[in-house]
Amino acid sequence: MSWLDYFRKSSPGSANVAKERLAIIVAREGRSQTKASYLPQLRQDILQVLAKYEKIDLDQVTVNVESQGEYQVLELNVVLSDPANVRKMGNSSRHAPFFSEVKSNAFGAR
Amino acid sequence: MGYRTVAIDFDVGLRNLDLVMGCERRVVYDLINVIRGEATLRQAAIKDKRLDNLYILPASQTRDKDALSRVGVENVIEGLKKAGFEYIICDSPAGIEHGACMAMYYADHAFVVTNAEVSSVRDSDRILGLLDAKTHRAEQGLERVKTHLLLTRYAPSRVVKGEMLSHKDVIELLGIDFIGAIPESPAVLQSSNAGVPIILDQQTDAAQAYMDVVHRFLGEDRPQRFLDPPKRGFFSRMFGGADAPIAAAG
Repeated sequence: MSWLDYFRKSSPGSANVAKERLAIIVAREGRSQTKASYLPQLRQDILQVLAKYEKIDLDQVTVNVESQGEYQVLELNVVLSDPANVRKMGNSSRHAPFFSEVKSNAFGAR
Repeated sequence: MGYRTVAIDFDVGLRNLDLVMGCERRVVYDLINVIRGEATLRQAAIKDKRLDNLYILPASQTRDKDALSRVGVENVIEGLKKAGFEYIICDSPAGIEHGACMAMYYADHAFVVTNAEVSSVRDSDRILGLLDAKTHRAEQGLERVKTHLLLTRYAPSRVVKGEMLSHKDVIELLGIDFIGAIPESPAVLQSSNAGVPIILDQQTDAAQAYMDVVHRFLGEDRPQRFLDPPKRGFFSRMFGGADAPIAAAG
Protein backbone atom coordinates (compact mmCIF):
# COMPACT_ATOMS: atom_id res chain seq x y z
CA MET A 1 0.00 0.00 0.00
CA SER A 2 2.41 2.66 -1.09
CA TRP A 3 1.30 6.19 -1.80
CA LEU A 4 1.81 5.42 -5.49
CA ASP A 5 -1.28 3.25 -5.35
CA TYR A 6 -3.25 6.42 -5.18
CA PHE A 7 -2.49 7.01 -8.86
CA ARG A 8 -3.21 3.49 -9.98
CA LYS A 9 -6.54 2.25 -11.13
CA SER A 10 -8.94 1.88 -8.27
CA SER A 11 -10.20 -1.60 -9.10
CA PRO A 12 -9.62 -4.12 -11.88
CA GLY A 13 -13.24 -3.65 -12.97
CA SER A 14 -15.88 -6.17 -13.80
CA ALA A 15 -15.32 -6.44 -17.56
CA ASN A 16 -12.79 -9.24 -17.10
CA VAL A 17 -15.25 -11.21 -15.00
CA ALA A 18 -17.87 -10.77 -17.69
CA LYS A 19 -15.47 -11.96 -20.35
CA GLU A 20 -14.43 -15.05 -18.43
CA ARG A 21 -18.02 -15.99 -17.69
CA LEU A 22 -19.02 -15.50 -21.30
CA ALA A 23 -16.02 -17.33 -22.69
CA ILE A 24 -17.19 -20.62 -21.32
CA ILE A 25 -20.90 -20.11 -21.94
CA VAL A 26 -20.37 -19.07 -25.51
CA ALA A 27 -18.01 -21.97 -26.09
CA ARG A 28 -20.42 -24.40 -24.49
CA GLU A 29 -23.48 -23.27 -26.37
CA GLY A 30 -21.41 -22.36 -29.35
CA ARG A 31 -22.08 -22.84 -32.99
CA SER A 32 -21.09 -26.28 -34.05
CA GLN A 33 -19.65 -25.27 -37.39
CA THR A 34 -17.17 -22.71 -36.15
CA LYS A 35 -16.27 -23.97 -32.72
CA ALA A 36 -15.19 -27.20 -31.12
CA SER A 37 -18.56 -28.85 -30.87
CA TYR A 38 -17.34 -31.52 -28.48
CA LEU A 39 -16.69 -29.08 -25.65
CA PRO A 40 -20.02 -29.60 -23.88
CA GLN A 41 -19.72 -33.38 -24.26
CA LEU A 42 -16.10 -33.32 -23.11
CA ARG A 43 -17.04 -31.39 -20.02
CA GLN A 44 -19.86 -33.79 -19.29
CA ASP A 45 -17.63 -36.84 -19.73
CA ILE A 46 -14.91 -35.44 -17.50
CA LEU A 47 -17.44 -34.71 -14.81
CA GLN A 48 -18.84 -38.22 -15.02
CA VAL A 49 -15.41 -39.78 -14.68
CA LEU A 50 -14.60 -37.57 -11.71
CA ALA A 51 -17.92 -38.39 -10.13
CA LYS A 52 -16.99 -42.08 -10.17
CA TYR A 53 -14.08 -41.50 -7.83
CA GLU A 54 -14.90 -38.40 -5.87
CA LYS A 55 -17.99 -36.69 -4.61
CA ILE A 56 -18.01 -33.43 -6.46
CA ASP A 57 -20.14 -30.43 -5.93
CA LEU A 58 -20.97 -28.93 -9.33
CA ASP A 59 -20.70 -25.45 -7.87
CA GLN A 60 -17.08 -26.22 -7.08
CA VAL A 61 -16.27 -26.93 -10.71
CA THR A 62 -15.09 -24.05 -12.82
CA VAL A 63 -14.43 -24.26 -16.51
CA ASN A 64 -12.45 -21.60 -18.33
CA VAL A 65 -11.44 -21.07 -21.91
CA GLU A 66 -8.47 -18.81 -22.47
CA SER A 67 -6.48 -17.91 -25.52
CA GLN A 68 -2.74 -18.16 -25.21
CA GLY A 69 -1.07 -17.19 -28.41
CA GLU A 70 -1.95 -19.80 -30.99
CA TYR A 71 -3.78 -22.02 -28.55
CA GLN A 72 -7.00 -21.98 -26.69
CA VAL A 73 -6.65 -23.50 -23.27
CA LEU A 74 -9.55 -25.22 -21.63
CA GLU A 75 -8.98 -25.15 -17.92
CA LEU A 76 -11.10 -27.24 -15.62
CA ASN A 77 -10.74 -26.62 -11.90
CA VAL A 78 -12.35 -29.05 -9.49
CA VAL A 79 -12.27 -28.35 -5.78
CA LEU A 80 -12.36 -31.57 -3.78
CA SER A 81 -13.82 -30.96 -0.38
CA ASP A 82 -13.07 -34.23 1.41
CA PRO A 83 -12.01 -33.18 4.93
CA ALA A 84 -9.37 -35.98 5.12
CA ASN A 85 -7.70 -34.67 2.03
CA VAL A 86 -7.83 -31.14 3.29
CA ARG A 87 -5.80 -32.15 6.34
CA LYS A 88 -3.32 -34.11 4.28
CA MET A 89 -2.79 -31.29 1.84
CA GLY A 90 -2.63 -28.71 4.59
CA ASN A 91 -4.84 -26.53 2.48
CA SER A 92 -8.44 -25.60 2.47
CA SER A 93 -8.90 -27.03 -0.97
CA ARG A 94 -7.15 -29.22 -3.47
CA HIS A 95 -7.09 -28.28 -7.09
CA ALA A 96 -7.10 -30.77 -9.88
CA PRO A 97 -6.28 -28.75 -12.94
CA PHE A 98 -7.02 -30.27 -16.25
CA PHE A 99 -5.57 -28.82 -19.40
CA SER A 100 -6.68 -29.54 -22.86
CA GLU A 101 -5.50 -27.71 -25.88
CA VAL A 102 -7.99 -26.88 -28.54
CA LYS A 103 -6.97 -25.54 -31.90
CA SER A 104 -6.78 -21.80 -32.17
CA ASN A 105 -9.54 -21.66 -34.73
CA ALA A 106 -11.99 -23.12 -32.28
CA PHE A 107 -13.58 -19.72 -32.07
CA GLY A 108 -13.73 -19.32 -35.82
CA ALA A 109 -11.43 -17.37 -38.06
CA ARG A 110 -11.70 -13.66 -37.95
CA MET B 1 -27.19 6.74 -50.25
CA GLY B 2 -30.05 6.83 -52.70
CA TYR B 3 -30.77 3.11 -52.86
CA ARG B 4 -34.38 2.04 -53.01
CA THR B 5 -34.84 0.63 -49.55
CA VAL B 6 -37.69 -0.80 -47.55
CA ALA B 7 -37.72 -1.66 -43.87
CA ILE B 8 -40.08 -4.41 -42.74
CA ASP B 9 -41.10 -4.66 -39.10
CA PHE B 10 -41.29 -8.36 -38.15
CA ASP B 11 -42.28 -7.78 -34.55
CA VAL B 12 -45.91 -8.78 -34.92
CA GLY B 13 -47.91 -7.73 -31.90
CA LEU B 14 -45.26 -5.29 -30.70
CA ARG B 15 -44.99 -2.98 -33.64
CA ASN B 16 -42.57 -0.12 -33.09
CA LEU B 17 -40.64 0.59 -36.26
CA ASP B 18 -43.41 2.98 -37.39
CA LEU B 19 -43.09 4.84 -34.11
CA VAL B 20 -39.33 5.37 -34.19
CA MET B 21 -39.57 6.31 -37.87
CA GLY B 22 -42.30 8.81 -37.08
CA CYS B 23 -44.96 7.42 -39.41
CA GLU B 24 -47.30 5.78 -36.89
CA ARG B 25 -50.23 7.96 -37.91
CA ARG B 26 -50.04 6.88 -41.50
CA VAL B 27 -50.33 3.14 -40.90
CA VAL B 28 -53.42 1.72 -42.58
CA TYR B 29 -52.40 -1.76 -43.72
CA ASP B 30 -49.62 -3.94 -42.36
CA LEU B 31 -47.43 -6.90 -43.20
CA ILE B 32 -50.03 -9.47 -42.16
CA ASN B 33 -52.66 -7.80 -44.36
CA VAL B 34 -50.28 -8.18 -47.29
CA ILE B 35 -49.50 -11.81 -46.47
CA ARG B 36 -53.21 -12.61 -46.28
CA GLY B 37 -53.93 -10.80 -49.54
CA GLU B 38 -56.08 -8.18 -47.83
CA ALA B 39 -53.88 -5.37 -49.12
CA THR B 40 -51.23 -4.91 -51.78
CA LEU B 41 -47.63 -4.00 -51.06
CA ARG B 42 -48.23 -0.62 -52.64
CA GLN B 43 -51.07 0.04 -50.20
CA ALA B 44 -49.21 -1.15 -47.13
CA ALA B 45 -45.76 0.33 -47.69
CA ILE B 46 -45.48 3.81 -46.19
CA LYS B 47 -43.23 6.27 -47.95
CA ASP B 48 -40.84 8.10 -45.65
CA LYS B 49 -41.39 11.86 -45.66
CA ARG B 50 -37.72 12.71 -45.34
CA LEU B 51 -36.05 10.33 -47.76
CA ASP B 52 -37.38 9.70 -51.25
CA ASN B 53 -36.33 6.10 -51.63
CA LEU B 54 -37.22 4.81 -48.18
CA TYR B 55 -40.38 2.88 -47.37
CA ILE B 56 -41.62 1.27 -44.17
CA LEU B 57 -43.77 -1.85 -44.02
CA PRO B 58 -45.24 -1.98 -40.52
CA ALA B 59 -46.02 -5.06 -38.49
CA SER B 60 -49.51 -5.83 -37.32
CA GLN B 61 -50.22 -4.64 -33.80
CA THR B 62 -53.22 -6.84 -33.15
CA ARG B 63 -52.66 -10.17 -34.85
CA ASP B 64 -50.92 -13.22 -33.56
CA LYS B 65 -47.31 -13.70 -34.66
CA ASP B 66 -48.15 -17.12 -36.09
CA ALA B 67 -49.90 -15.32 -38.90
CA LEU B 68 -46.40 -14.88 -40.37
CA SER B 69 -45.99 -17.81 -42.73
CA ARG B 70 -42.79 -18.69 -44.51
CA VAL B 71 -44.48 -18.70 -47.90
CA GLY B 72 -46.16 -15.41 -47.11
CA VAL B 73 -42.86 -13.81 -46.17
CA GLU B 74 -41.24 -15.18 -49.31
CA ASN B 75 -44.00 -13.71 -51.45
CA VAL B 76 -43.65 -10.31 -49.80
CA ILE B 77 -39.87 -10.30 -50.30
CA GLU B 78 -40.17 -11.42 -53.92
CA GLY B 79 -42.84 -8.77 -54.48
CA LEU B 80 -40.57 -6.09 -53.06
CA LYS B 81 -37.68 -7.24 -55.23
CA LYS B 82 -39.91 -7.04 -58.30
CA ALA B 83 -40.96 -3.55 -57.25
CA GLY B 84 -37.32 -2.55 -57.62
CA PHE B 85 -36.16 -2.43 -54.03
CA GLU B 86 -32.40 -2.86 -53.75
CA TYR B 87 -32.19 -3.27 -50.00
CA ILE B 88 -34.85 -4.98 -47.91
CA ILE B 89 -34.23 -4.52 -44.21
CA CYS B 90 -35.98 -7.05 -42.01
CA ASP B 91 -36.21 -5.65 -38.50
CA SER B 92 -36.20 -8.71 -36.27
CA PRO B 93 -37.89 -8.85 -32.90
CA ALA B 94 -35.66 -9.69 -29.95
CA GLY B 95 -35.52 -13.34 -28.96
CA ILE B 96 -35.56 -16.54 -30.97
CA GLU B 97 -39.28 -16.88 -31.53
CA HIS B 98 -41.15 -17.29 -34.76
CA GLY B 99 -40.92 -13.61 -35.72
CA ALA B 100 -37.15 -13.58 -35.44
CA CYS B 101 -36.88 -16.83 -37.41
CA MET B 102 -39.02 -15.38 -40.19
CA ALA B 103 -37.03 -12.14 -40.27
CA MET B 104 -33.74 -14.00 -40.68
CA TYR B 105 -34.94 -16.80 -42.94
CA TYR B 106 -34.38 -15.18 -46.33
CA ALA B 107 -31.46 -13.00 -45.27
CA ASP B 108 -28.26 -12.55 -47.26
CA HIS B 109 -26.65 -10.40 -44.59
CA ALA B 110 -27.35 -10.21 -40.89
CA PHE B 111 -26.52 -7.38 -38.55
CA VAL B 112 -26.17 -8.77 -35.06
CA VAL B 113 -26.83 -5.77 -32.86
CA THR B 114 -25.57 -6.20 -29.34
CA ASN B 115 -24.62 -4.26 -26.24
CA ALA B 116 -21.34 -4.97 -24.49
CA GLU B 117 -23.25 -6.74 -21.76
CA VAL B 118 -23.31 -10.41 -20.75
CA SER B 119 -26.92 -11.30 -21.55
CA SER B 120 -26.81 -9.47 -24.84
CA VAL B 121 -23.60 -11.19 -25.93
CA ARG B 122 -24.87 -14.65 -24.99
CA ASP B 123 -28.13 -14.08 -26.89
CA SER B 124 -26.15 -12.91 -29.89
CA ASP B 125 -24.17 -16.12 -29.82
CA ARG B 126 -27.45 -18.04 -29.84
CA ILE B 127 -28.80 -16.04 -32.75
CA LEU B 128 -25.55 -16.61 -34.67
CA GLY B 129 -26.12 -20.32 -34.19
CA LEU B 130 -29.59 -20.02 -35.67
CA LEU B 131 -28.30 -17.93 -38.55
CA ASP B 132 -25.95 -20.78 -39.38
CA ALA B 133 -28.66 -23.42 -39.18
CA LYS B 134 -32.19 -22.13 -39.61
CA THR B 135 -32.07 -19.96 -42.68
CA HIS B 136 -32.91 -20.54 -46.31
CA ARG B 137 -29.22 -20.35 -47.17
CA ALA B 138 -28.32 -22.91 -44.52
CA GLU B 139 -31.10 -25.30 -45.47
CA GLN B 140 -30.31 -25.09 -49.18
CA GLY B 141 -26.59 -25.49 -48.56
CA LEU B 142 -25.86 -22.11 -50.11
CA GLU B 143 -23.18 -19.71 -48.98
CA ARG B 144 -23.71 -18.76 -45.36
CA VAL B 145 -25.52 -15.63 -44.28
CA LYS B 146 -22.89 -12.92 -43.93
CA THR B 147 -22.90 -11.71 -40.35
CA HIS B 148 -21.82 -8.29 -39.10
CA LEU B 149 -21.33 -7.36 -35.49
CA LEU B 150 -22.74 -3.98 -34.52
CA LEU B 151 -22.11 -2.82 -30.96
CA THR B 152 -24.50 -0.24 -29.61
CA ARG B 153 -24.52 1.91 -26.48
CA TYR B 154 -20.76 1.57 -26.36
CA ALA B 155 -19.08 3.62 -23.64
CA PRO B 156 -15.31 3.83 -24.28
CA SER B 157 -14.74 5.67 -21.01
CA ARG B 158 -16.17 2.71 -19.10
CA VAL B 159 -14.17 0.26 -21.22
CA VAL B 160 -10.96 2.06 -20.25
CA LYS B 161 -11.92 1.69 -16.59
CA GLY B 162 -12.56 -2.01 -17.06
CA GLU B 163 -16.26 -1.61 -16.35
CA MET B 164 -17.46 -2.67 -19.77
CA LEU B 165 -16.47 -5.40 -22.20
CA SER B 166 -14.34 -3.89 -24.94
CA HIS B 167 -15.20 -4.26 -28.60
CA LYS B 168 -12.22 -6.61 -28.90
CA ASP B 169 -13.64 -8.83 -26.16
CA VAL B 170 -17.01 -9.09 -27.89
CA ILE B 171 -15.39 -9.74 -31.27
CA GLU B 172 -13.28 -12.50 -29.73
CA LEU B 173 -16.27 -14.06 -28.00
CA LEU B 174 -18.57 -14.04 -31.00
CA GLY B 175 -15.96 -14.49 -33.70
CA ILE B 176 -17.65 -12.54 -36.48
CA ASP B 177 -16.80 -9.47 -38.55
CA PHE B 178 -17.00 -6.20 -36.68
CA ILE B 179 -18.73 -3.45 -38.61
CA GLY B 180 -18.71 -0.73 -35.96
CA ALA B 181 -19.65 0.56 -32.55
CA ILE B 182 -22.26 3.19 -31.82
CA PRO B 183 -21.32 5.28 -28.81
CA GLU B 184 -23.83 5.68 -26.01
CA SER B 185 -25.53 8.97 -26.71
CA PRO B 186 -28.38 10.93 -25.17
CA ALA B 187 -29.30 12.02 -28.69
CA VAL B 188 -30.66 8.55 -29.49
CA LEU B 189 -33.50 8.90 -27.00
CA GLN B 190 -34.21 12.40 -28.18
CA SER B 191 -34.44 11.32 -31.78
CA SER B 192 -36.71 8.38 -30.99
CA ASN B 193 -38.87 10.73 -28.93
CA ALA B 194 -39.25 12.86 -32.02
CA GLY B 195 -39.67 9.94 -34.42
CA VAL B 196 -36.63 10.95 -36.45
CA PRO B 197 -33.92 8.38 -37.25
CA ILE B 198 -30.74 9.34 -35.40
CA ILE B 199 -28.64 9.01 -38.55
CA LEU B 200 -30.27 12.15 -39.96
CA ASP B 201 -28.77 14.26 -37.18
CA GLN B 202 -25.17 14.23 -38.38
CA GLN B 203 -24.11 16.63 -35.61
CA THR B 204 -24.13 13.75 -33.14
CA ASP B 205 -21.45 11.11 -32.70
CA ALA B 206 -24.03 8.30 -32.78
CA ALA B 207 -25.27 9.46 -36.19
CA GLN B 208 -21.73 9.69 -37.54
CA ALA B 209 -21.03 6.21 -36.25
CA TYR B 210 -24.14 4.84 -37.98
CA MET B 211 -23.14 6.58 -41.20
CA ASP B 212 -19.70 4.96 -40.98
CA VAL B 213 -21.39 1.59 -40.58
CA VAL B 214 -23.51 2.15 -43.69
CA HIS B 215 -20.44 3.12 -45.70
CA ARG B 216 -18.52 0.09 -44.46
CA PHE B 217 -21.44 -2.15 -45.37
CA LEU B 218 -21.42 -0.70 -48.87
CA GLY B 219 -17.77 -1.62 -49.21
CA GLU B 220 -15.97 1.57 -48.27
CA ASP B 221 -12.93 1.28 -46.04
CA ARG B 222 -13.62 3.63 -43.16
CA PRO B 223 -11.39 3.67 -40.09
CA GLN B 224 -13.09 2.90 -36.79
CA ARG B 225 -13.93 5.92 -34.67
CA PHE B 226 -15.56 6.28 -31.28
CA LEU B 227 -13.69 3.34 -29.78
CA ASP B 228 -11.57 5.51 -27.50
CA PRO B 229 -12.80 7.92 -24.87
CA PRO B 230 -12.92 11.51 -26.07
CA LYS B 231 -9.85 13.50 -25.16
CA ARG B 232 -10.52 15.97 -22.42
CA GLY B 233 -8.78 19.22 -21.71
CA PHE B 234 -6.95 20.03 -18.50
CA PHE B 235 -9.83 21.94 -16.98
CA SER B 236 -12.50 19.40 -17.75
CA ARG B 237 -10.23 16.76 -16.27
CA MET B 238 -9.78 18.74 -13.09
CA PHE B 239 -13.40 19.74 -12.70
CA GLY B 240 -15.16 17.39 -15.07
CA GLY B 241 -17.21 15.22 -12.74
CA ALA B 242 -17.80 11.49 -12.83
CA ASP B 243 -16.06 10.63 -16.07
CA ALA B 244 -12.77 12.25 -15.18
CA PRO B 245 -9.99 9.78 -16.07
CA ILE B 246 -8.13 10.25 -12.77
CA ALA B 247 -9.55 7.49 -10.62
CA ALA B 248 -9.42 7.73 -6.87
CA ALA B 249 -7.87 4.83 -4.99
CA GLY B 250 -10.53 2.71 -3.38
